[in-house]
Amino acid sequence: MDILVCIKRVPDSEAQVEVKEGNVLKIEEKYTINFFDNLAVEEAIRIKEKVGGKVTVFTFGSSSSIEVLRTALAMGADEAILIEDENVPYKDEFVTAKVLSRAIKDIPYDLILCGREAFDTSSGLVGPFLGKMLGIPVITMVTKVEVKPDERQLEVEREIEEGRELLRVNLPVLLTTQKGLNEPRVPTVMGLLKAMKAQIKRIKVEDLGIKPDSIGEETKVEISKLWEEKKKRRIRWIKGTPEEMVKELIELLKSEARVL
Amino acid sequence: MSGILIYGEHREGRLKRVSYELLSRGREIAQQLGEKVKAVILGNQLEEVAQEASSYVDEVYLFEDPILENYNSEIYLQILEKLVKREEPSLIMAGATLQARELFPLLGGILECSVIVECVDIKIGDGKLSYVKPFYGGKILGEVIPKRYPHIVLVRPRVFQVKEKPAGQGLIRKEEVQIDMSKVEIKTLDVFKVKEKITDITEADVVVCGGRGLKAPENFNLLMELAEVLGGVVGATRAVVDAGWRPQSEQVGKSGKTVSPNLYFAIGLSGAIHHVMGMDSSKVVVAINKDPTAPIFEYADYGLVADLFEIVPILIEELKKERG
Repeated sequence: MDILVCIKRVPDSEAQVEVKEGNVLKIEEKYTINFFDNLAVEEAIRIKEKVGGKVTVFTFGSSSSIEVLRTALAMGADEAILIEDENVPYKDEFVTAKVLSRAIKDIPYDLILCGREAFDTSSGLVGPFLGKMLGIPVITMVTKVEVKPDERQLEVEREIEEGRELLRVNLPVLLTTQKGLNEPRVPTVMGLLKAMKAQIKRIKVEDLGIKPDSIGEETKVEISKLWEEKKKRRIRWIKGTPEEMVKELIELLKSEARVL
Repeated sequence: MSGILIYGEHREGRLKRVSYELLSRGREIAQQLGEKVKAVILGNQLEEVAQEASSYVDEVYLFEDPILENYNSEIYLQILEKLVKREEPSLIMAGATLQARELFPLLGGILECSVIVECVDIKIGDGKLSYVKPFYGGKILGEVIPKRYPHIVLVRPRVFQVKEKPAGQGLIRKEEVQIDMSKVEIKTLDVFKVKEKITDITEADVVVCGGRGLKAPENFNLLMELAEVLGGVVGATRAVVDAGWRPQSEQVGKSGKTVSPNLYFAIGLSGAIHHVMGMDSSKVVVAINKDPTAPIFEYADYGLVADLFEIVPILIEELKKERG
């Protein structure tokens, strides 16, 4: 089975993010593969290990994104492709999906996996957009994947508010991954060594028939302003014996906070 | 293009709370802009739901059919795509729920329009709309300017207030349900409901969240009891969900859900940053932890450095007395 995985390098959730003058973000140098994308890489490798095939990972980003491609290779992906965004003045989820769809167009695939959402933009749009651009079905928030014996169908579980639902879908399909799908492996030393030596294919958006300047105009949203979410709480310590603490807490929740 | 279309999501024959929030806010925005506001409802036997929604809007598009009883993204999309192309609303609002977060990005992909997910504020300046949404797990907020109609905006639950039901009543239009089944590739085989009755933690007024400090899964009974007296629900940290003590649907945090209740109890949890990202928009936060240096206290309004196993039973007793 040919499996494509779209991944993104994002700041770690512990990284400091500040807004500087002119809406410029200053992000602490702590980056990682996006949490949900890691689940996608792991699932692709597990399916390959079961039924055979090839796993190709993609990212649309800067040269620094090579590190997450190498992570995926070290885990067991077969090929990694960097689509360089250096000349693209501005991108949003629509442009990202468009670029990915162009890159994927001429590659054979049965299954595409994306993370549920990226940590930085927290939108969850690239997967659904990409699926629609390619004209294939999309299932989001997937927590279990089972390949049917003929390898032309999947049975998929996804999270819903009431619990979960079981779906059947013909390939090709695009799935977005939700927590609970798997526990991603930690790359072995052998894997890491292999990944360090692996050739990473680089593609420029021009190679995909896209003019870097005009693709910026295709964005569907612009961000006009960014600001830091200021911490608004000041703690009030409640002391005493357990009985006294409870009495005071209830009193404060009633009279001060007015939530009881 | 004009007008506002609100997705009336419902469950067990009732509109979801977030639907009321959007109907309330959508109506106000429509009045300010001098436009019409409408709602769309999909499902089976939803006369009452449509009646309820119609008080807030000029018109309700009601699609009723047994085939719509259970949600299927491809079937629902066929209906919404046709409706939106016919009515050409400029703004489509839905709650940032699991269902809408699948359905509406797909609709946005078809329409190639602006989609804003997890919106926490809608601004109107000069008759133009812009939307505020969080980035980087909520560390940063950004104002997003849409470039292409319709704007599809998925609003975080509990951001807007439910307003009293207006006196009037809009028109209910029963629409014909026509589905091209040959284009439906996803088949629902089964639906597994966790419990008979399940409360969505993103909609609750009170969330009582517990972490590893609870020591054992059965001790969550204590939190369930507290949640019950407060009319709330139980939430859980990633650690206890990963340990299998609580279901994934209760997880609060970056890889779980974002909640904004009026009152949030953080009990026996340290307050790791990925947890805080899921609860920091709560109105009032009470933290109970034995360790005074636990980071959760930095995000709390009231802090009790104490043994939860001593405090919580007394708290339950006192609250029971209060409530008679």
